[in-house]
Amino acid sequence: MKKLFPILGILSGILLSYALYQGLVVAPTEQTMGNVQRIFYYHVPSAWTAFILFFVNFGASIAYLIKRRPAADMVALVSAEVGVVFCTVVLVTGPIWARPVWGIWWTWDMRLTSTLVLWLIYVSYLFLRRFSSSGETPVLAASLAVLGALCVPFVYFSIWFFRTQHPQPVMGGGGSIDPRMLHALLVNWLAFSCFAFLICWSRYRLEKFEREVDHAHAMRSLRDPATNIEREPYSERRA
Amino acid sequence: MTDTAPAAVITVHNLIKQFGRFAALRGVTAEFAGGKMFAILGDNGAGKTTLLRTLAGLNRPTSGEVRVLGARDLREVSARVGYMAHPSLLYDEMNGMENLRYFAQLYGIADRDRCTEAIRAVGLSPALVRPVGQYSQGMKQRMSLARALLNDPQILLLDEPFSNVDLKSAHDIVRLLAELRDQGKTLFVVTHQASLLEGVADEFVWMEQGKITDRTRMFATGAGQQELRELQR
Amino acid sequence: MSAPGGITRATLAKDLRMEWRSKDAVNSMLFFSLLVVVVFSFSFDPSSEESRQIAGGLIWVAFLFAAVVALNQTWAREIRNQVLDAYRVSPAPATSLFAAKVLGNFIFVSVLEALMTPLFIVFYRLRSLGPIWQLLIVAVLGTWALVVNGTFFAAMSLRTRSREIMLPLLLFPISIPAMLAMVQATTAILNGEGARFWIVLIATYDLVFTSVCLLLFETILNAE
Repeated sequence: MKKLFPILGILSGILLSYALYQGLVVAPTEQTMGNVQRIFYYHVPSAWTAFILFFVNFGASIAYLIKRRPAADMVALVSAEVGVVFCTVVLVTGPIWARPVWGIWWTWDMRLTSTLVLWLIYVSYLFLRRFSSSGETPVLAASLAVLGALCVPFVYFSIWFFRTQHPQPVMGGGGSIDPRMLHALLVNWLAFSCFAFLICWSRYRLEKFEREVDHAHAMRSLRDPATNIEREPYSERRA
Repeated sequence: MTDTAPAAVITVHNLIKQFGRFAALRGVTAEFAGGKMFAILGDNGAGKTTLLRTLAGLNRPTSGEVRVLGARDLREVSARVGYMAHPSLLYDEMNGMENLRYFAQLYGIADRDRCTEAIRAVGLSPALVRPVGQYSQGMKQRMSLARALLNDPQILLLDEPFSNVDLKSAHDIVRLLAELRDQGKTLFVVTHQASLLEGVADEFVWMEQGKITDRTRMFATGAGQQELRELQR
Repeated sequence: MSAPGGITRATLAKDLRMEWRSKDAVNSMLFFSLLVVVVFSFSFDPSSEESRQIAGGLIWVAFLFAAVVALNQTWAREIRNQVLDAYRVSPAPATSLFAAKVLGNFIFVSVLEALMTPLFIVFYRLRSLGPIWQLLIVAVLGTWALVVNGTFFAAMSLRTRSREIMLPLLLFPISIPAMLAMVQATTAILNGEGARFWIVLIATYDLVFTSVCLLLFETILNAE
């Protein structure tokens, strides 16, 4: 396991550079949008990665509510944190692309809006974890995660219907896509997923380490009353 | 409970309760026999209230085992346990009778007489119309005790029933508690005013830094006295 | 042990009685949403035609804010003197408490809506082109959506620092689809258009979130 980590690090480094090359050099320039279209090679893979991570968060939260294993809670926490980061990338790169192409920074388009709402839900999840004064924060967080995930289809449907009633900017050219573009997109997606997994893993290890430190302190205060002083645990101060 | 069940109504085994890094209970192991009054003594932060809340099922233990009336799932026996906390656990906006009638319904008691009986037992008048928020501290404590008595519990867990109470009220409450014990109920009384229970409580349970350090028959003798000196320092 | 329904009824009766005496929640909600209405009408000053377009949004935003005031109040009462612990040590099921709180808040917010709607009509010179009964359905379903999630998240924010701030932070993101549906349905009906899709959407939302909240409430209540 210890060895696998640097290997994975190097692998995602190589993949990311290869994907960068594919996206910036190999893939042909889009005819109508020009070079600005290349941001899609980051935008779309980030979005897919974020959605996968939020899905992982949902699964881990349900698992935690059923089995109450700390590992499930850590997976949920980590995937939400990293998912929010990738989702932020999506929300930032979107307008950068939209401004020159659509002539506007933002529109209440279905995809944009549902991504924004998703981002809001998971930010509120992280807020809850931060502000919780409960000894059972994981339970609260998991409950919120379940409700948040259940909300997603409603967000999607409501905005779909909301927007189809109004004229909306059309995305992409439609029809066939150049195979080199598709290739660049998929390579980028692979690279981003690998990278995301790497971050999640290291964040997971950090979280695990922090909890072990907390546990060690707790065990010490159990043995030695002199160290048993009522104070905020490290994880709460940080979080 | 079956005939073969042990006389102990509460058993606690290696009970640990941690709040983050802080360990409020650091391994409590004890058995408590039925029909007795236990006074639980100790410094602030010794874990008395945490122990009581754990026995009431309000705190989930970090590890260790608690059995109340033979049940590990404390929800099963909640109808047979009464709990009185340091705060009154009463709605300030309603009068005593209204409060009790509501809480009685939570135990499935629709009978008004049961509430009247509980209020009389603690030496108050069921006809009091003032909202509880305007009661004196002594009256609040009594009414709070009446609430804990509503379901005629076998086990009573009382947290600081005499704090901020005038001496006469305190003695009245002690007399009532002794009566309840004589009726065969088991009482746990967390208190800082242990001298009030001298000669009344069957056992004094001394807690220090999350552990039970001693159990004495008398308050002012033996280890108790030593502890007392420690406490006073 | 008495039936869960009986406990719900007793708790609801207790809450209503306490609210009737103090009128804290209803008064502060009323005044708050009155302020919102006045501030909005200064900032927009719409004509009758325009107001039909924006009224749905204004009304529901005002009610959402007001509901937050009420939702914080209901649990604040249970926290004073730690009365909630008295419920938790009793054999009464947690879901009865939740049901009672949801019903209570539903009544409070409905009263508010009944009192505020005439004001909206006067200030914004509103006249609905669609049938009123449809607006009523939207009001009932929409209020339920706000109140069910709101009650749940208010209970959740009891377990956090600065709980009054936490409630909107938790409630608003998840209420977005419901809010959108309520606003769109109201606007559509006011303008004499169909709102079937939105009504079905809110009804489904209500169904899903009511059942999941009921399922999870006991866990939240005991997560001390």
